[in-house]
Amino acid sequence: MFRVMRVVIGRDLLLAMRRRSDVANALLFFIIVASLFPLGVGPEPNLLRTIAPGVIWVAALLASMLALGRMFASDYADGTLEQMLLASAPLGWIVVGKAIAHWLVSGLPLVVLAPVLALQFDLATDALVVMMVSLVLGTPSLTLIGAIGAALTLGVRGSGVLTSLLVLPLYVPVLIMGTGAVDAAAGGVTVQAHLLLLAAFLVFAGAFAPWAAAAALRISLD
Amino acid sequence: MPRFIDVETLRPAPGRINWFKYSSPQTFFPLAGAAVPWFAAAAAVLCAVGLYIGFFVAPTDQQQGEAYRIIFIHVPAAWMSMFIYLVMAFWAGVGLVLNTRLSGMMASALAPTGALFTFIALWTGALWGKPTWGTWWVWDARLTSELILLFLYFGFMALTAAIDDPRRADRAAALFALVGVVNIPIIYFSVQWWNTLHQGASVSLTRAPTMAATMLAGMIVMALAFWMYSIAAAFARARCIILERERNSDWVAQYIEASK
Amino acid sequence: MNWESLEAFIAMGGYGLYVWGSYAVTFALVALEVVLLVLRGRGIVAQLARIGAPRRRS
Repeated sequence: MFRVMRVVIGRDLLLAMRRRSDVANALLFFIIVASLFPLGVGPEPNLLRTIAPGVIWVAALLASMLALGRMFASDYADGTLEQMLLASAPLGWIVVGKAIAHWLVSGLPLVVLAPVLALQFDLATDALVVMMVSLVLGTPSLTLIGAIGAALTLGVRGSGVLTSLLVLPLYVPVLIMGTGAVDAAAGGVTVQAHLLLLAAFLVFAGAFAPWAAAAALRISLD
Repeated sequence: MPRFIDVETLRPAPGRINWFKYSSPQTFFPLAGAAVPWFAAAAAVLCAVGLYIGFFVAPTDQQQGEAYRIIFIHVPAAWMSMFIYLVMAFWAGVGLVLNTRLSGMMASALAPTGALFTFIALWTGALWGKPTWGTWWVWDARLTSELILLFLYFGFMALTAAIDDPRRADRAAALFALVGVVNIPIIYFSVQWWNTLHQGASVSLTRAPTMAATMLAGMIVMALAFWMYSIAAAFARARCIILERERNSDWVAQYIEASK
Repeated sequence: MNWESLEAFIAMGGYGLYVWGSYAVTFALVALEVVLLVLRGRGIVAQLARIGAPRRRS
């Protein structure tokens, strides 16, 4: 089982590295969106500090959703997705592999970039650490839930907007808990509850999302 | 070839009920046609009774004065929005498991009525919140979850509309409905989890309702009225969907001939 | 009977705007859905009648 997943991860990472511009676009989008808010809201530090968690989290959420289209679309177009469906290995593991590869390419870089943005918003260091931890715990759930949305809207016209319409409502709990954790840290309250909830949601998504995404793939390619 | 496929010929061995007799669009179509007027009439009667109780029997509330009378449509609409989503997810699940066309049709027949009740719940909630909480919209747990439910309904309808092949559209939307049904408990328990501004559920199975009996009666009767209405609307829309999807079949041709 | 007069009933203890605002919108939307359903029903029947019976296979 793990061999299949490793193979899929390796393959997807290789493909992603070949088209590095796609990967960079999602990250540049994250930085630009997060940097627009101070221009829109004004440079006043106290205000920026209060909106920082929300802005960075929403930007991360939108950036990872933007990159969802690539998860299955290219394989669907050249037929390798059908081969994966016919493969002897359970489809769920293949989907987990693709989700991990997608997260490594679009989720993890957001965590690495978050401190850079936090400086723009003058976020306190301890809040910054909690921000990064919450992003590490939160972005995989975003990718897993996004995988279901991407699989459902495979090969459908206007699938970009449709995927976001399907997936954004399901992102709301992760967003609430993620920003809640950073607000708690900034407010000096213990953040354990929020982070535990985030981790619980990740475990829940990890258990069910691949199976649901696999079922969605079978529906899309029947 | 028989001129008209007699539904009676579908009878199983005597003494056994054929549970699946009405599971095909063709046999369900006349049944729904006969049922719609009855449910619509029941809805009208119950609504009249409920409004009478709500406005002429139920006393004035001590704190909120007369504003509380919005409860007679706000709470039933909120209940119906969640209940219809559950029924929709049920038929979606049945459609996925048994691969029956009619289940998928019923799920997409329910979605617009569910979205309507969700919007009504939000609208009446806002109008009730203005005099009691002072603002039209409050970002508290239950209102937020109701808003998410409205987005889930729109997602379901958008997904069904976006995919051309009806069978695949039903199955994809069904899976999305099942994934979304996780949201229903979040709505129901959100008041306890995030115990924020929103008034605790005044009607819950564990403790006695904190409302006068007549208020409760009015609300229950209105909830039943909304329920009857939902069934009538869903059956009527299901009939339209059946005609649209079975347009090339003989029995539809004969039905059209008969109704000309 | 709670209300002395029709005016009191409409005023609804000063909350008339909110109470009648929500009831009016609710029943307007329900009526709208009923009308749309009836139109959709008649529309599909008329359309199928116009198209005529599918070509007999036999």
